This record gives sequence, structure tokens and C-alpha cells, in this order.
Amino acid sequence: MLAAGTIGPAYLLPNAKMAEAAKNLELSPGEVPADAPEATVEPPTSAALSPTTEETVSETKKKISVLLKAVGDTPIMKTKKWTIEPSRRIQWLMDFIKKFLKLEPSEQLFIYVNQSFAPSPDQEVGTLFECFGSDGKLILHYCKSQAWG
Amino acid sequence: MLLLLPRVSYFMLVTDKVKKHFQKGMRQEDIGEIWFEYEGTPLKWHYPIGLLFDLHASNTALPWNITVHFKNFPEKDLLHCPSKEAIESHFMSSIKEADALKHKSQVINEMQKNQHKQLWMGLQNDKFDQFWSINRKLMEYPAEENGFRYIPFRIYQQTVSERPFIQKLFRPVAADGQPHTLGDLVKEVCPVAVPSEGGEKKYQLVIHGIEPMLETPVQWLSEHLSYPDNFLHISIIPQPTD
Repeated sequence: MLAAGTIGPAYLLPNAKMAEAAKNLELSPGEVPADAPEATVEPPTSAALSPTTEETVSETKKKISVLLKAVGDTPIMKTKKWTIEPSRRIQWLMDFIKKFLKLEPSEQLFIYVNQSFAPSPDQEVGTLFECFGSDGKLILHYCKSQAWG
Repeated sequence: MLLLLPRVSYFMLVTDKVKKHFQKGMRQEDIGEIWFEYEGTPLKWHYPIGLLFDLHASNTALPWNITVHFKNFPEKDLLHCPSKEAIESHFMSSIKEADALKHKSQVINEMQKNQHKQLWMGLQNDKFDQFWSINRKLMEYPAEENGFRYIPFRIYQQTVSERPFIQKLFRPVAADGQPHTLGDLVKEVCPVAVPSEGGEKKYQLVIHGIEPMLETPVQWLSEHLSYPDNFLHISIIPQPTD
């Protein structure tokens, strides 16, 4: 468990600075800070244009469906289903969810597969989809506090 | 500084001494988060030491020379390791993931919290018996089956490839009842690593510093050559030329 108290100052420094910046902006719901990075995940409707045809797109390039579910009192996302490039890492997805929910960068976010284990932040979403996906999608649970083990 | 480290452990678990040793002569403001590097490659603390050695330094002379850094943490290449708890939660997550593949998580879920703790303490304190008295249960499978549901494995390559590792669903037994072998596994998920019939051997498949025969059944490998995190970590490295 990564309790905030156990995290050393060196670890927190860059994030703490960003959190400070976010506070200064006094965010309210619906407002987006001018410097908020663009979310790069496309909703399922905007199929990414690709010069190759469907048949020649290799398995590793095909986008995968990910269903994001909130746990406990963590805010839900209005859009739950996303298509994501399989080579994206869990860390990237965590950053994306935090931005989407307007959480402070220093806040913790946990992502779980099968409601049981938390994949390493450098794990690829595509690998998890291959091993733990069902019905053509990967279901991930996210929460602000540790939910399972 | 010379250390003997267990292959199955993690750098951050066994390097308190290293930290103390190097920090003695350093100014406080120069001490950032510790990280390790071998010949330009930052070493991932969440990979077992034996895997890092097999992947990056096989066929080199011992002792393994590693550079210790306290500055310029490579954010892009390494995860932060804020505490021993971070290693523990990474380790337990790997065991849970492995059991999800082996037994649909049934064995790990039926265990008590203190049994989970015993797996971690056994590893942390290098107590083989303490670890195995619990790990034994994770290595069992129903008598009517021929092995686990799927084999938890990860295949690593030494290339510059962005992919961290290959991990797929792979059953220990073929549809016709024949046990799947290491050769079958690698042929399916990383065919370039096995020599074609009569072809030249270009790569070595290394687990725990040895090259198991390609005919070895994967179920046996999974039970006997998995790391404590319950994964078979297989390194594919170029065959030495001399």
C-alpha cells in the first residue's frame, strides 16, 4: 500500500508542484485550466483514420475496447467505454483518468484487473486485454484508495 | 563495493547497505532517489535481480558491475520506488495475476491475509521454507487436470523494442493431450527465437541463468523454475558468437 506518508519528498516533488499550480487556478466543475493537456483517447465513435485496410492491420496495432468502472466513492466517468491503442501503458491510462476526473496530479489512483490485482504502471493495456479481456473488451476498475489487497 | 545478492530478490530490497555506503561521503543536497544502471541501461527495480542479469549481462564475467546513481532519475525508463511497501504491493500483485492465470484466482483468494504476508516475509528475509510452505499451494492443480489453466510466463528481449515483454494465454497441454514444451511456447509467441529445422541457433532462452532444453514441458517449468512472483521470466538473448 502506497500510503502518502510513506512517499519520500523526492518522489512527490514534480507532482506536488503541479498540484500547487492546479490549486491556484481554483478549479470548479466544468472549468478546464488553460494549460490542461488534451485528452488523447478517442471515444468509440471517432474511429482513427489509418492508411492500412482492416485486414492488414496487425493484431498488435488494432485498438482495443476498455470499460472503466469506478469503485466506492471515486467519481464515475460519463463515458465509460474507450478504445485505446494496445501499446499504451497503465501509467498513461491513470494519467488520463485523473485528467478526465480533474483529480490533482498528486492524488493517488489505483487500477485493478478482475477486481483482484493492480497491474504495474509500465504494463501494456494490450497484454492485459489478451490475457484478461472477455467479450471483446477489457474491464478495469479504478479508485482513489486501495480497493483490493 | 561487492555484494552477493539472491537472484530471486529485488534490488531495492537488498541495497540498504549500498545506500549507506555511498551516501556517507555525499552532501545532503546531492542525494536524490537511488537507481541502478548497467552499461547505459537503467535497471528496473520491479524485475527480479536474476532476470535483469540474464537479460542484460548473460555471458559476461562476474562480478556484475553496476553503477549506482543518486541523481538524474530516468523518469521515462523507471518507476519510482518510494518504499519497501511499493515492492511488496508490486510483488503481491504479480502473484495475484499469476494465480488469475493458473487457477482463476481461487487459490490466492482462499488464503488468509497472514498467509499472503508470509509469502512476502519469506522472500524479504530469504527464508526458503517460510515462503514455500505457502507457495506450495499456489503450485497445485486439480488431480483431474493435467496442469494449470494457463502458464504465467513473460518473455523479455534484449532489443530496443518498446514492448516491455510478451505475455499471452498459453495452456500447459495441447488439445490432443500432449504436454506443451518450452519450444512450443516460444514457437507460438516469439518464433524468431527458435532455430528453424537445420537452421543456425541465433538466440539463447535463459531462465535463472540456465538454458532449459526446448523439450521441457512448460507445466514442469512453471512449477519448478518460476520466480517467487509465480511467473516464468524467460530472457531471449543473442547466442554468443565465440
